[in-house]
Amino acid sequence: MSDNPVFARIRQDITENPVVLYMKGTPIFPQCGFSSTVVQILSRVGVKFKGIDILTDPSLREGIKSFSDWPTIPQLYVQGEFVGGCDIVREMFESGELQTLLSEKGLVAA
Amino acid sequence: MPMEAGEIKRMIVEALPDADVMIEDLRGDGDHYNARVISAAFKGKSRVQQHQIVYQALKGNMGGQLHALALQTSAPPET
Repeated sequence: MSDNPVFARIRQDITENPVVLYMKGTPIFPQCGFSSTVVQILSRVGVKFKGIDILTDPSLREGIKSFSDWPTIPQLYVQGEFVGGCDIVREMFESGELQTLLSEKGLVAA
Repeated sequence: MPMEAGEIKRMIVEALPDADVMIEDLRGDGDHYNARVISAAFKGKSRVQQHQIVYQALKGNMGGQLHALALQTSAPPET
């Protein structure tokens, strides 16, 4: 992976925080329906997460898309791994896969 | 300039000739679509990889011209 300076920052964030959501807005004030949907899902599952608002940082907004080779925001990371955007997180929540993933990693009670 | 449903379908089928593609215009504004794509190319791939295949087929339009495309992808059932 090229050494885009933003990548180092992203790697640090997703390493230091078990669950990271790159989103538009903040968990308290999401600025986009898709970001808001993922925030609600994470709250319902009861997992602590760090919300990172890409609207405040254009280089991060573009950098995160090439980092994960994923063209849209929001993006959810669990223990440094890209899990998906709104569709995938919702699908995983509805099938119970998200809860299983998080409990297997000890991030939520089983 | 939003994209036409037919153009989205054409681009996906061009990259995935066997794909069965159903496109639904969610709000009638040419900017919010739901697409269901079934293709053997997804077999054994994670959801993220499956969606990335569709995004590559859309040649960079996703996230730019095309703001919102809800995606459901799957491989065809084993026959």
